[in-house]
Amino acid sequence: MEHEPILELKDLVVKFHTLDGVVHAVNGVSYSLEEGKTLGVVGESGCGKSVSVLSVMRLILDPPGKIYAGKILLHGKNILEYSEAQMERIRGRQIAMIFQDPMTSLNPVLTIGKQISEGMVIHLGMTVEEANARAVELLNIVGIPNAKDRFSDYPHQFSGGMRQRAMIAMALSCNPEILIADEPTTALDVTIQAQIVELVKRLRDQLGMSAIWITHDLAVVADLADKVVVMYAGYIVEEADVFRLYENPLHPYTNSLLKSLPRVDSSREHERLATIPGSPPTGTKVIAGCPFVPRCNFVIDRCRVENPPLEQVESGHKIACWVDVNNGRQR
Amino acid sequence: MNSELPLLDVRELKKYFPITQGIILQKEIGAVRAVDEISFFINRGETLGLVGESGCGKTTTGRTIIQLYQPTSGQVFFDGQDLTQLKGSKMRSLRKRMQMIFQDPYASLNPRWTVARIIAEPMHVHKMNQGRSKIERVKELLELVQLNSSYLNRYPHEFSGGQRQRIGIARALASDPDFIVCDEPISALDVSIQAQIVNLLEDLQEQLNLTYLFIAHDLSMVRHICNRVAVMYLGVIVELAERDELYDHALHPYTKALLSAVPIPDPHVTRSRKRIILEGDPPSPANPPSGCRFHPRCSMSESKCEKEEPVWREVSQGHWVKCHLVG
Repeated sequence: MEHEPILELKDLVVKFHTLDGVVHAVNGVSYSLEEGKTLGVVGESGCGKSVSVLSVMRLILDPPGKIYAGKILLHGKNILEYSEAQMERIRGRQIAMIFQDPMTSLNPVLTIGKQISEGMVIHLGMTVEEANARAVELLNIVGIPNAKDRFSDYPHQFSGGMRQRAMIAMALSCNPEILIADEPTTALDVTIQAQIVELVKRLRDQLGMSAIWITHDLAVVADLADKVVVMYAGYIVEEADVFRLYENPLHPYTNSLLKSLPRVDSSREHERLATIPGSPPTGTKVIAGCPFVPRCNFVIDRCRVENPPLEQVESGHKIACWVDVNNGRQR
Repeated sequence: MNSELPLLDVRELKKYFPITQGIILQKEIGAVRAVDEISFFINRGETLGLVGESGCGKTTTGRTIIQLYQPTSGQVFFDGQDLTQLKGSKMRSLRKRMQMIFQDPYASLNPRWTVARIIAEPMHVHKMNQGRSKIERVKELLELVQLNSSYLNRYPHEFSGGQRQRIGIARALASDPDFIVCDEPISALDVSIQAQIVNLLEDLQEQLNLTYLFIAHDLSMVRHICNRVAVMYLGVIVELAERDELYDHALHPYTKALLSAVPIPDPHVTRSRKRIILEGDPPSPANPPSGCRFHPRCSMSESKCEKEEPVWREVSQGHWVKCHLVG
């Protein structure tokens, strides 16, 4: 069944003006989220994955940041043209977001309950009593024990996992269509990560939400995404259905990255890990060719002069690369 | 040096941190039992992995072993000598042989010192390679960690995270140690850099015959790099075994849950795996549960587990476990 995209990024360009020069954070990125689906956006620090979703929420601080070009279509309407007042009706109401660090993204001087119910009073016009009752219900749904008592706790009284649950409760409070999760489990232990991943999967299926999950962890994405976008240096380098991507990674970056990951379920005795030499670029340099050239094992002459566009190579599988990783020759 | 003996032998080690009340007249009202009677050994040239969730005491274990913290009780034998009884120059001469690599390569290098000064610091402390040969040694160490030896006079901020971690490794190697505590050396690094650092640590181990205590929470990486693995929960080691034995035949219910929670970068496999989801969070080490510390979260728990603390026993050759119900 073909799903309509509910959210679409088209050729988004975002730059930051810093003391070290202009940082090219997002360089013409397009991806789409279909209704009821989960999109995984994967990449290392500084690859532009968070900036791309912060642009969706229009949370890029200007200055230093600025959205230079592109469109962000929510149900076909470009929200980059919306006024701040219009955006306020979208944030939290239609698109909700959870962040990496649940300690710094909760207000330490307000109770958990107050922070969850606030959005419902503003967006849904509930009375404070109604919103409070609903907040307790939400805390129950996300699995906080004794929700009624914990409602009036402050964030410091919650553990990391519980804070992230409270953030999820807050995000769900106004029944958003889209949930954006920006590295929500990175700061958590693996057993707590498993709890949160299971919780989000369950809620997504029950409520029919669409979700964007930003992470650097290829293993987490394998578990919950339908489609995956791999970013490097502000570009999308590969995009595919989740099963196809892991079976047959075609971009040299994705390919080497997957090879460099050890697995908990099998041991590779005396085998060295495959590595990618060098480190990710900082984004201040303008590169003529493909940004991955300094770290790539498959470089041909063309890579140094021309940046490959993102093109479909198989049905449902796009890469930005001139080379065929299977034989090392130009495609 | 007796090469038959394990390089490091830890016996019933405890480290409690006091909880105090009052400002001037501080009264001790309790203790955080960060490490509560653990025993294990590490053989020469081997890597022992120490895994567990945050707050379980793995970092405290590493620091107490090399006597950065004074142990509350217990013994730590390094090359046959009990470190907890040593003082002064004897301790200093052994200190030289134990080093540490830290988690955060940004916080663990002095931003106002040059690379040369950072790496030479241990030599300075231990009065090794005085004078000109110190610079030669620093250059040699930089090359050993695969950095350009011309970086001598640069400052930490000029380097990327992976390069900084290499500087931290060079510093650890400066005093020519036998034993290195690697405290989460890769968790602050980007995915594509982690494999580089792990390979470097493996190469150095082979070249210099190093022994590692590898503290980490990434169970996949631990499986790759370690010979044996110990699992900690709330201040105690609950299971210890050869790497493959532990990963393929885990006995303790906590180890099983921990391993099942690790996602695998393969959608087919990871979606069909049966996960044991633990309820809630680990309790506070200031007030650990009675009996077996894991019993409130354990799906197998019986009345015995609540009352009696299980003993640390060897259930098969080299496979140790602390649980009433298995083995």
